[in-house]
Amino acid sequence: MTTQQAPAIQVRGLEKSYKELRVLRGVDLTVARGSIFALLGSNGAGKTTAVKILSTLLKADAGTARVNGFDVATQAADVRESISLTGQFAAVDEILTGRENLVLVARLRHVGNPGKVADDLLERFSLTDAGGRKASTYSGGMRRRLDIAMSLVGNPPVIFLDEPTTGLDPQARIEVWQAVRELAARGTTVLLTTQYLDEAEQLADRIAILHEGRIIVNGTLAELKRLLPPAKVEYVEKQPTLEDVFLTLVGADGRNGHDRNAGTDA
Amino acid sequence: MSKHFLGDTAVLLGRSLRHIARSPDTIITTVVMPIAFMLLFVYVFGGAINTGSDSYVTYLLPGILLITVASGIAYTAYRLFMDMKGGIFERFQSMPTARSSVLWAHVLTSLVANLISLAVVVLVALLMGFRSTAGVSAWLAVAGILILFTLALTWIAVIPGLTAKTMEGASAFSYPLIFLPFLSSAFVPTGTMPGPVRAFAEHQPVTSIVNAIRALFTQQPVGTDIWIALAWCAGILVVAYVLAMNTYRRRIS
Repeated sequence: MTTQQAPAIQVRGLEKSYKELRVLRGVDLTVARGSIFALLGSNGAGKTTAVKILSTLLKADAGTARVNGFDVATQAADVRESISLTGQFAAVDEILTGRENLVLVARLRHVGNPGKVADDLLERFSLTDAGGRKASTYSGGMRRRLDIAMSLVGNPPVIFLDEPTTGLDPQARIEVWQAVRELAARGTTVLLTTQYLDEAEQLADRIAILHEGRIIVNGTLAELKRLLPPAKVEYVEKQPTLEDVFLTLVGADGRNGHDRNAGTDA
Repeated sequence: MSKHFLGDTAVLLGRSLRHIARSPDTIITTVVMPIAFMLLFVYVFGGAINTGSDSYVTYLLPGILLITVASGIAYTAYRLFMDMKGGIFERFQSMPTARSSVLWAHVLTSLVANLISLAVVVLVALLMGFRSTAGVSAWLAVAGILILFTLALTWIAVIPGLTAKTMEGASAFSYPLIFLPFLSSAFVPTGTMPGPVRAFAEHQPVTSIVNAIRALFTQQPVGTDIWIALAWCAGILVVAYVLAMNTYRRRIS
């Protein structure tokens, strides 16, 4: 293997335009191995474009990007061996069952014993019971979990999650967060994009803010907070948020939530 | 070519065939229109149409088979469009999988689905009195022409499948193809058509393909029709393949 010491992702001066529109205007970032890195930005900031270039779906106009030590432009096949992409929309085959989806990916990644790989991942993502059902019957959270499970087939060292919780309900969001934390705990590098500030705050070791095609800030949460004027002490009555109320009432543990969702969908 | 091309294509073909097996309605909706045309023309208009042949259903079947394929490839475009839109296409492209396998699996699926539809339509025609004295080699020749025709139209279907913005857009291209046989020798001999229509009918691909298949079914000499038919099919196939591959490369680069 190449350079285990090299950063998982290294990007220098990345530029990309669609006709007149300059989406990326020189993006630099480095993601350390085994860390969770959040790329934060509003809609249209260029997050998806950056992820597509890193996952070899798009060619950059200028700049270099290396993933797992391989250049995305000249060593695309090696990059594809090293990564998994979970796009903005859960890319599962709705007509196949959950298990068939995992077996399909295992075959296409040429890993040994696809059936065993599928069963292990179903177990790990609490989908064993649902494994024999068509993915079209899954709830949003289950579908996203299956989607992420599909990304883990073959244990790629780098995972891209493009807006993994957009459109999910609060419980499903917590399920996905849990899955992402477990990933990082096993040493996988995760680059996730999000437009939710709390998501970056909850998950990321480092956060970069992509704005108008450039990284304007890059650091840990503590470093980012230091950029603002020092905290003032104010007395504020802490009311529960609606989310607190909702999660308390329905049970914040996502793993319980999924059974209930499954029941209503089946 | 990637060393995994054949294996990956086989895996993805298995996936698409499973789609067809789980939603056989795509085959049913494909064959409904050609069968309806066949019933309408044989039992309503057929008595008043003088084709000079003994059995109108036998005269009609070659054109109906082409309509079946034209109707079937709308689903080829549809399946490809759904993969593009759903994100699974991008997932496949970001995996260490042979990149053109995704496209070839769709093309082969189209071939299999259309051959099933064609078999269903031939079966219905047999029930309606279609009879052929053609031997094995003539049937193989018919199958060969139909496979070539299906591949040519499939590669045309790939282009809207890759580029369409909406589901309707992905399948609308097939309507002109479905109606092309009406302006040919498929339903009536071209002899009675007025000059310009006749000139178009006699020089468009459907007429030569229909005439060649008809001659094979009735054990008549195929003459030059079969070569013109094969030339049309091969020509359309090559042009559509080049255009589709260019479109594909643009989409995945």
